Amino acid sequence: MPVTYYSKEHEWVKVEGNIASVGITDFAAHQLGDVTFVELPSTGKTVKQFEILCAIESVKAASDIYAPVSGKVVSINKALETTPEIVNESAEKAAWMVCLEMSDSSEVAKLMTREQYEEFLKLDVQVFIC
Amino acid sequence: MEQLKETPLIQAHTGVGALMAPFGGWNMPIQYEGILAEHRFCRESAALFDICHMGEFLYQGGIASGGLEDIFTFSVTSIPVGRSKYGFLLNELGGIIDDLIVFRTAADEAMIVVNAATADNDFNVISSRLQEPSFITNISPATGKLDIQGPLSRDILADLFGAEIGTIPYFKFIKMNILGSEAIVSRTGYTGELGFEIFLPSEKVGELWNLISGDSRIKPAGLGARDLLRLEVGYSLYGNDLDDSISPLEAGLEVFVNFDKKFVGKDALIKQRAGHLTRSKIAFRVASRRSPRHFYEVWGGDSRIGTVTSGAFSPMLGCGIGLALVSPGFSDIGSEITICHEKVVMDATVCELPFFSGGSLRK
Repeated sequence: MPVTYYSKEHEWVKVEGNIASVGITDFAAHQLGDVTFVELPSTGKTVKQFEILCAIESVKAASDIYAPVSGKVVSINKALETTPEIVNESAEKAAWMVCLEMSDSSEVAKLMTREQYEEFLKLDVQVFIC
Repeated sequence: MEQLKETPLIQAHTGVGALMAPFGGWNMPIQYEGILAEHRFCRESAALFDICHMGEFLYQGGIASGGLEDIFTFSVTSIPVGRSKYGFLLNELGGIIDDLIVFRTAADEAMIVVNAATADNDFNVISSRLQEPSFITNISPATGKLDIQGPLSRDILADLFGAEIGTIPYFKFIKMNILGSEAIVSRTGYTGELGFEIFLPSEKVGELWNLISGDSRIKPAGLGARDLLRLEVGYSLYGNDLDDSISPLEAGLEVFVNFDKKFVGKDALIKQRAGHLTRSKIAFRVASRRSPRHFYEVWGGDSRIGTVTSGAFSPMLGCGIGLALVSPGFSDIGSEITICHEKVVMDATVCELPFFSGGSLRK
């Protein structure tokens, strides 16, 4: 069974074996407003946990997306390059951005569960508002 | 911080969950359902904007004898009654204090429509330059303004208020009775679409908003969509593309300056025109969907050549677009430039205005 974790920067990461798919949460997508551009990394790129993974732009703002876990980029969602509006339509499903081959599965301990993330949202509604 | 002002429609906006934000000292709706959806609805059908934040001054008295004729970069006496004209209020150095529209409402009367953030200062400057300062009144608090813009705007207003609205040509206006009050209905706007601006007493704005909103061919749109719409047709935004350090010549808006008349700032502009401008406005397209934004750097080769004044993703063009002020020598159409901000680098090409010319403006 895949398990999904959440970061304080409003990324989600769905972990299945040693593969982690990454996107931004519905909350983040809603705060950004209409997404107009997603900059994806190259496959093969390695990233460390909480470092910049890629970038996203909306009509209102430009933001970085951080890697919720360390690993190597093994696939990217090319559909987002031509139809970034998928992020607004389905941020937590169709708009996965990157799949990472995880280098340290213990890092998920630094992330939140769904319940913890929902509690976090109640405290942290000011972020992302531009 | 000074308390934000609110238009008479604040409840209508918050009641439908509009995202509100400060603009020019006012708490204004930025978006309702979404900026791109509102932009599209305006280009394809019609959009309703709350523009009550803008300022209006009423001038009553002789245009020439009271001094109004010498205030702006265009002649007020040569505007026929029932027409309006766009131009500038300048400082002595030729910098733009505001861009505005004057409506010639009668032989001895004019309404001056100015930006929200600059309204109080504009009023002081204009009053101080008049021979007869008592001729001008700030009627902003008592005046509401709604913009109805889009290819179906004429049909919608004609159905509500009669066919006479359909006969108003571009940059003309009529006075008519709306909801029991005298209103000015003007064929002007800020979107590049066929559209109207209605001025009426502020206590009637709520009723008019509800009446127009009842037509399914029109939806409310916020200042986010309005900014995209105006940039796609290359209109300048005061505070971004224009300010009191930028002259109309630098801003590429010389066509709105009449050098055959007297106005404050004329000597400075004549000097600028005789010498070389140190910077000029360009329009550019980005090679990707990335958005340039206000204050991003503009580079030509290895040199920093200027600064972006407005930028956005254009839904009509499918790429980033922007306006910038740059050093001379980089404004030829087709010149390759680079837009930079921190680690973001965008390739762009200098292009002509407007970016988008398919609107219904003059239909």
